[in-house]
Amino acid sequence: MLYLDHAATTPIRPEVSESMAPYLGERFGNPSGIHAKARQAKNSIEEARERIAASIGAAKPLEIVFTGGGTEADNLAVTGAAIGAPGSVVTTAVEHPAVLESVRFLSRVGHDVTVVPVDQAGRVSPDAVADAVDSGTAVVSAMTANNETGVIQPVGEITRLVRSVNNRVLIHTDAVQAFGSLPVAAGSDGPDLISVSAHKIGGPQGVGFLYVRDGVQLEPVIHGGGQELGRRSGTHNVGGIVGLAVAVEAAVADRSDYRARVGAARDRFEQDLRLWTNVKVTAAGADRLVSHAHLRFPGIKAETLLVRLDFAGVAAAAGAACHSGAIQESHVLAAMGVDSRAASESIRFSFGRGDDAATGAEAATIVSGVVEDLS
Amino acid sequence: MRALVAMSGGVDSSVAAALMIEAGYDVVGVTLKQWVGAGGAMPTAGCCTVADAEDARRVAAQLDIPYYVLDYVEEFTAAVVEPFGATYLAGRTPNPCIECNRTVRFSALLERTTELDADVLVTGHHARISHDEDGWHLLRAVDGTKDQSYVLHMLGQEELSRIRLPVGEMTKVEVRERAAAMGLRTASKPDSQDICFVASGDYRDFLAEQLPETALPGPVVDTGGTILGEHEGITGFTIGQRRGLGIAVGEARYVVDVQPEERRVVVGTYDEMLADGCVVSGASFISGTPPDNPNVTVKIRYRTPAIAAMLHSIDDGWIVRFGERQPAPAPGQAAVFYDGERVLGGGTIEEVIRG
Repeated sequence: MLYLDHAATTPIRPEVSESMAPYLGERFGNPSGIHAKARQAKNSIEEARERIAASIGAAKPLEIVFTGGGTEADNLAVTGAAIGAPGSVVTTAVEHPAVLESVRFLSRVGHDVTVVPVDQAGRVSPDAVADAVDSGTAVVSAMTANNETGVIQPVGEITRLVRSVNNRVLIHTDAVQAFGSLPVAAGSDGPDLISVSAHKIGGPQGVGFLYVRDGVQLEPVIHGGGQELGRRSGTHNVGGIVGLAVAVEAAVADRSDYRARVGAARDRFEQDLRLWTNVKVTAAGADRLVSHAHLRFPGIKAETLLVRLDFAGVAAAAGAACHSGAIQESHVLAAMGVDSRAASESIRFSFGRGDDAATGAEAATIVSGVVEDLS
Repeated sequence: MRALVAMSGGVDSSVAAALMIEAGYDVVGVTLKQWVGAGGAMPTAGCCTVADAEDARRVAAQLDIPYYVLDYVEEFTAAVVEPFGATYLAGRTPNPCIECNRTVRFSALLERTTELDADVLVTGHHARISHDEDGWHLLRAVDGTKDQSYVLHMLGQEELSRIRLPVGEMTKVEVRERAAAMGLRTASKPDSQDICFVASGDYRDFLAEQLPETALPGPVVDTGGTILGEHEGITGFTIGQRRGLGIAVGEARYVVDVQPEERRVVVGTYDEMLADGCVVSGASFISGTPPDNPNVTVKIRYRTPAIAAMLHSIDDGWIVRFGERQPAPAPGQAAVFYDGERVLGGGTIEEVIRG
């Protein structure tokens, strides 16, 4: 079984499972309490918080807000930043639905929103983003790298230019897909809000964090008992948080090794496919994450190819799935000007931890075999 | 050998999948996403809804077979939904299930069957396929009350060789019993009676929305031309129809003709409505050639028994002369010819013949 869908989710690191096991057993306490069981849990989550803060260079542990995953972190960042204020929202056309749907919600309740288009390679222009910002803008959200195509956005440049227009704007970046390979870190020159998800970096599903620069006020999207300094209520997923911290540390430590190995896997895969098939690589000219191979085999429906690959034990993806499981059209490809037909032929392979050049070669052999059969 | 089973979420296709597993096939289940409501999501009412796909998925999980939802929205819209409105607009009565079978299910999906490296396409239709030295045959289902051979008449030798209809050999009761014995959750699920893309259950509301020109009023006249009343849209009328005519004449009246250009509905007595035959176009024959013997039985609508008739070949089609005068069939429907249990073929009813 060749798992090439790391962009969807990643295998859990053994050290993560180990760290979480006691929390499915006798370490069941709720951190909000006075007794020993509660304090044990409280210590666990605060230790996790400190370790994560240290990993990303955050000045204070309380700049880490635990959430129920990347989507929730995006919601807290975007809606949380805009909803209290009368301010406008600026984002890009290729954001994850967690950001775009939050922006649509804000538009429905009366906020001005601007969705900055991207070029054919899926890149947003920092100037275009800055042009959309004015004195009334509350938040700008631009992802670090796209989950479908792997295209890397110039977040540093965007941050710089936006602040030169209005230095009170909150700058958010969805770093969910990028965290495992790019140097995502907190810093005075960096974004004010950073979303990270555990299950994309070898941690468990259902937990993540939002880095919130000290001093930034957010309206919570989940109201309740006031956990996380009121920013995210609800009993902590203690085991998940512990696993999240282990995953974050491991991911940060692994970054350069990951880039080398996973990059070798993806590059070998694309290289071999170019030799044996008429594959078109999406956004080949743009900077892309080392993990992503977003491709098109002209004349072959992605749906058919994915099913045939599934039969052959290869896991890959296309677009997003609707509730029934059918593939839905990608808004990212539409924003890049890719027509419907080409979009229906587009397929995403994503390599990850454990893959290397040999994986890439094996994958290319299987994929080109099926492609040839279907041609 | 791999079998691709089209699973609608109903009990017939669920049992069909199970039977193919028993027969030793490598079974793969698929549901076709055919229609989307506003917002691009599968409908939640009508047939082939999200709930139906869920049922199919659960059965596939129970049977431990791979299961996929395949997107056929574009093909279905072009082949079934658009002609549906256009046919009514032309004063005729469409049969969407036949168009779906002709273009989507047993054409596009049959092609996909090969692309997915499967040897046969399987459905839960009630009909039988057999093979002998004369080739492939399509026969009525064992369960006469559920026979669906009418909507499969367009298949030919090539298609039949690659299709399997395992539940055609069983009665509906036996199918449900088998489903229950296998613990399939769809064992007692009621059969869908609706047009699969009409969520509201009333096709006239659907048409009024999709094609507003079909909801234009016009006169209801008798066979002498006297105006008897007004109607709210010709799509509400099918030849032979008795109810909902919107006129009070004292005795029963039946739709004798629908004239779309004048937006006119002609009604008459039962006797005036009866037909002696019909003209059939676009006929296909399962064996590949028309029968030598012109004496056949013909079904001129889905749910009435086949009647004795004679076929006469004409330039663009066939004249079908009924043995006895019949309530007139509706142009746009299929006329399907049988030789006893065997389906000979069929075509589209163009005109009603009186006299």
